[in-house]
Amino acid sequence: MNETAIQINENSVRFTDVVSAVGGVDVSYCYQCGKCATGCPVAYEMDLVPTQLMHAIQLGLEDVVYNSKTMWLCASCLMCTTRCPQDIDIAEALSAIKILMVREQRKPRLPDVLKFNKIFLQNLNLFGRIYELGMVGMLKLKTGKYTEDMAMGMKMLKKDKFNLLPRFEGGRVVRKIRKRLKKQEKK
Amino acid sequence: MKYGYYPGCSLHSTGQEFDRSLKAVCNTLGVELVELDKWVCCGAGAAHNLSQLMAIALPMANLALLPEMGLEEVIIPCASCFSRFKIAQHSIKTDKKIRRKVVDAIHKDCNDEARVTHPLSIFSQEPLVSRIPDLVERNLSGLKVACYYGCLLTRPPKITEFDVAEYPMTMDNVLRATGVTTVDWPYKTICCGASFALSKPDIVVKLSHDVIQEAKSAGADAIAVACPLCHANLDTRQDDMAKQFGAHPRMPILYFTQLMGYSFGISPAELYLHKHLTDAERIFEKVGHAA
Repeated sequence: MNETAIQINENSVRFTDVVSAVGGVDVSYCYQCGKCATGCPVAYEMDLVPTQLMHAIQLGLEDVVYNSKTMWLCASCLMCTTRCPQDIDIAEALSAIKILMVREQRKPRLPDVLKFNKIFLQNLNLFGRIYELGMVGMLKLKTGKYTEDMAMGMKMLKKDKFNLLPRFEGGRVVRKIRKRLKKQEKK
Repeated sequence: MKYGYYPGCSLHSTGQEFDRSLKAVCNTLGVELVELDKWVCCGAGAAHNLSQLMAIALPMANLALLPEMGLEEVIIPCASCFSRFKIAQHSIKTDKKIRRKVVDAIHKDCNDEARVTHPLSIFSQEPLVSRIPDLVERNLSGLKVACYYGCLLTRPPKITEFDVAEYPMTMDNVLRATGVTTVDWPYKTICCGASFALSKPDIVVKLSHDVIQEAKSAGADAIAVACPLCHANLDTRQDDMAKQFGAHPRMPILYFTQLMGYSFGISPAELYLHKHLTDAERIFEKVGHAA
C-alpha cells in the first residue's frame, strides 16, 4: 500500500459497523497476526492479502475495500476462519462485503465471479437443483468465453457425465423461499 | 441401519461415480440409504456470496423433509453440501433472529435435532469399521493412496465436528481397514480451487496441480477424494496442467468409496471406474488385478 494520508471520519466507522453487522462478525478483534494470509491458498493472486483487507475494513476504508480483488478471489475454503486465533469468521466478513457490493450495485474487479454466483442462483430458481449444462451455457453467454474449456467439456460429454435435460420439480420450492426472503429484506 | 440420503446436485450428474459407488458400498455393509423426497439444491458454492439467509434457508428446507419421512439422520457425501448443512443448523441454533426468518421463509419448523453425518464418519466407527476387513476380497495392500479431504469436510472444525482440521485421519483409517496403504502427506486439507471451477479456472489449475504434485512426492499411486468438486478439479484439469506446467500429471483420482467397493470385489463397471477423464483403472493392474 502507498503512504498517502488516510481520512477516517464518521462514515468510515459506519462502514466498519455495517460490514460487521452484515457478516455477524466483529472485525475489531483482528490484531494483524497474518495467519489468514499465510494459510490462504489464493493469496498469491490478491492485491491485498486477507490480513490487509481486514485492516482496511477496521479503518473503514470503503473505497480501498470495494476496489480490492481480494473478496472475489476468496474460494470459501475457510482456512482463514479455522486458523484465526481471535475466532473471527474472516471468510464470512469477505462474503459480507460481496453482499454489500451487490446491494449497492458496485462493480466488482472480477466480474466473472459475480456472474457465476448470479447464474448459479438463477439456475436454482428455475430448476431447484443445479442443471450443470444449463449453467455452463449461461455462463458462456454472459462472459463471452465460448471456447474456454471446450476440449474438457467435450471429453466429459463423451463420458456421459452430464444430465442432458433439466428437471423442473424443485424450482417452485426455491422460488417461494427466495420470494419470502426478499420480502424480509425490504422490511 | 437406515439413514436419510441427500445426494446433492453433483452426485446426480458430474459426480455420479460417487453416488453409484457409495450405494454399492452401503449395500455391501448393510447400510440402507433412503433418498429424501423432493430435495432441492442447498446453495453450496454460491448462495452464501449473495444472501446469507438463502444459504441457511436452503439446507434447513431439506432437513425439514426428514421428519416427514420418519428419519432422524441424514447422510451427506458431498463435502460442500455437508459443510453448508452443518453451518446452517449451527446458525439457527445460535441465532434466534435468523431462526425466525428461516422458519418464515421455508414455512416449516427448523429441524434442530436432525443428525447430519458424512458417510466416512459411519464407516470409520463401530460396528462398521471392524466389519470392513472381513468383507475384503481383493488385496490392495500394494496400492499407495493419498487421502485428500479437501476444505469443507473438516472446516470449520467447531461446526462440522468431523475430525482434526489440520491433519484428519478418518479417510485414512477407513481405507486402511480395507488393506490399502495410505501415505503421510501435507496437503490433505489444502484447497483445490473449489467453486472457481467455472469462473476462474486458472486458479483451479494451479492449486489442483500443487495438490497432485505433493501427492506424487509422497509416493502416491492415486488420490482418494470425498467431494465431487475436488474430484472434478483434480481429475478434469490434468490436460490444462500439462499445458501450463509441461508434464502431464496422469494421476488417477478416485472416490474413497470406489476403492472400498473395489476391495470388496464389486465390479469396476458397477463402481463407474471408467467414468473418470484420467484413467483410474490401470492402478489395479499394478497390484495384480485386471480391471
